[in-house]
Amino acid sequence: MLQDILVTGLVNGGVYALLAIGFSLIFGVARIVNIAHTAFYMLAAYCFYTLLVKTGLGFFLSGVISVAAVTLFSVVCYRLVIEPVREHEAAVLIATIALALVFQELMLYTFGGHFLGIPSTLEGSMRFLGVSIPYQRLLILVVAGAMLVLVWFLLYRTRLGLAIRATANDLEVANLMGMNVHRVAMATVAISVSLAAVAGVVVAPVFVVDPFMWLAPLVTMLAIVVLGGLGSLKGSLIGALIIGYVEAITVFAVPAGAYLKGAVALLIMVIVLLARPEGLFGVAFEEER
Amino acid sequence: MMYWPRRAWAELRNEVFVLPSRTLVLLWVAALLALPFVYGDAYVLRILTMTCIFAIFAASWDLLAGYTGQVNFGHALFFGAGAYTSGLMSLKLGLSPWLTVWAGAAVAMLFGFLVGYLCLRLRGSYLSLATLAFPLIALGLLFAFPDFSGGELGISGLRRLMVTPTANYYVAAISMLAIIFALWLLADSKFGIVLHAIRDDEVAARASGINTLRYKMVVFAIAAAAAGFAGALFAHYLRVAGPSTLEVALSFQVVIWGIFGGLATVYGPVAAVFILYPLTEWLGSFAGIGELRLLIFAVIVLLVLLFMPRGLTPWVRDKIETQCPRCKQRNGSWKKICRLCGAALQAQVSRAQRLVGHQ
Repeated sequence: MLQDILVTGLVNGGVYALLAIGFSLIFGVARIVNIAHTAFYMLAAYCFYTLLVKTGLGFFLSGVISVAAVTLFSVVCYRLVIEPVREHEAAVLIATIALALVFQELMLYTFGGHFLGIPSTLEGSMRFLGVSIPYQRLLILVVAGAMLVLVWFLLYRTRLGLAIRATANDLEVANLMGMNVHRVAMATVAISVSLAAVAGVVVAPVFVVDPFMWLAPLVTMLAIVVLGGLGSLKGSLIGALIIGYVEAITVFAVPAGAYLKGAVALLIMVIVLLARPEGLFGVAFEEER
Repeated sequence: MMYWPRRAWAELRNEVFVLPSRTLVLLWVAALLALPFVYGDAYVLRILTMTCIFAIFAASWDLLAGYTGQVNFGHALFFGAGAYTSGLMSLKLGLSPWLTVWAGAAVAMLFGFLVGYLCLRLRGSYLSLATLAFPLIALGLLFAFPDFSGGELGISGLRRLMVTPTANYYVAAISMLAIIFALWLLADSKFGIVLHAIRDDEVAARASGINTLRYKMVVFAIAAAAAGFAGALFAHYLRVAGPSTLEVALSFQVVIWGIFGGLATVYGPVAAVFILYPLTEWLGSFAGIGELRLLIFAVIVLLVLLFMPRGLTPWVRDKIETQCPRCKQRNGSWKKICRLCGAALQAQVSRAQRLVGHQ
């Protein structure tokens, strides 16, 4: 059971980290609380399903096309829906909620409400420390790790990354230094949604695909981001691992744990917030006046 | 003998008919109360009863989020607390629903104190995202103890407050009018001004000697009590208190209503509920587009926001009324001079003057 907890926690933590880091990035740079973030994850899963099962493209090709298509689509959505109301924080908030609802209903209408299964990308499993780990879960872990390294490289070793970090740190000064903050915000949207889309593509064969699959990870992702500190990437990564393990422990070690896993994860978040209102790694924001 | 009618007519003419917004409110109240006599269709009454209940819920959210700036993403907790408390008490203890509705509001108020206390140190987005957690924790607990809570099915077989649809409608409509009016009075009083101050600058409010912590707790409790009352009415009207009263969807729904109608107005969310809820129900009654109703709902919200980012009612109000530049009183937009202080409302300035006007 201990090994089960270790492996499940790590795999789920990896997926949550992909989602939470994207969300955190976009909040840090553009101050957008993007409720539609996991809706893009759902869109990517549906796109993957269509390409793989309906048109019969290969696993790799359909995965890459889905991520690219969803990323492009997110930039279009940002330009059409979010950017015109950027100054009104409340309007941005419900614009993202409404977007998520639109995606959910569109998928419900096109594919129906039933669960869609996707055949495993990789068959077989390996034994490690006495637990059998399906290759599919291993793939999730590898992809999540690779994406995290890629994001780290992008943010800390490229000029675009420098611009993104500068904008997150202080939007006005970054603007004065000659950075095009609108374009930086758009690039951030693309990066963050592509992370969510990758997560959607790799988990689709493990979980089932249905139009409401965005709600549960949304709540967990928000808990992680708040736990780690809004806008902090390190916090999101560590928060994702914490919540991943807490959920795994609850499911495996507590009776009726499957119902309680969300509640326990959220309770941990509330407790951390009581002790440290800015999250584990958050910086207390100066009050903006 | 003729004094009181004449006095009432004078008040109406001088205070209500001078402003189109007040006239609209008066017409709306009259229409709401007269509807069952004119058009007593059971289906329409049912939709309007639900609309009234949700209007209480949306207005209570606005007091918290719009006035005080505590944008609560978990307002469904209070609605669900009211619904479940009232339902359980009337079913297990056999009490009359007329009593348990108040108990539901009281328990929701306790939850409001609790959430308010836990969230005292949080602000902005942290508060929104943390409050999202509370109804989900409650939902997890309900599912973990299905013997007590009925699990996924909820508690069914509750008694209604009244027997006939018309009587139920009046219960919902009159409690809605009373609560909305009370909330509006509260928001318009000195208490409401303090709430505005807390939203705009909490540090400055505290520096001015306002105990902001106590105010925030009290607002959480009041909003929660109103929402719990709505939840209890909802449970007894539908005769079931289920997990749908605690879902994320309901919390998001109230956020959409509140922002769509216009924040910090009380009447804005009410107007939004009265437009959006019957609209979605009406769309749902068509066979062809019934499945699309949530999609159409979301698209309408998006389009309206693109043109009126501050919400519906502030936009409409700016179209039909203008504010006097001198005494800040509102006037009908057809007026040339202010009805109270006589200042010119539409200053006839040339374009060149307007350009240098601010120096």
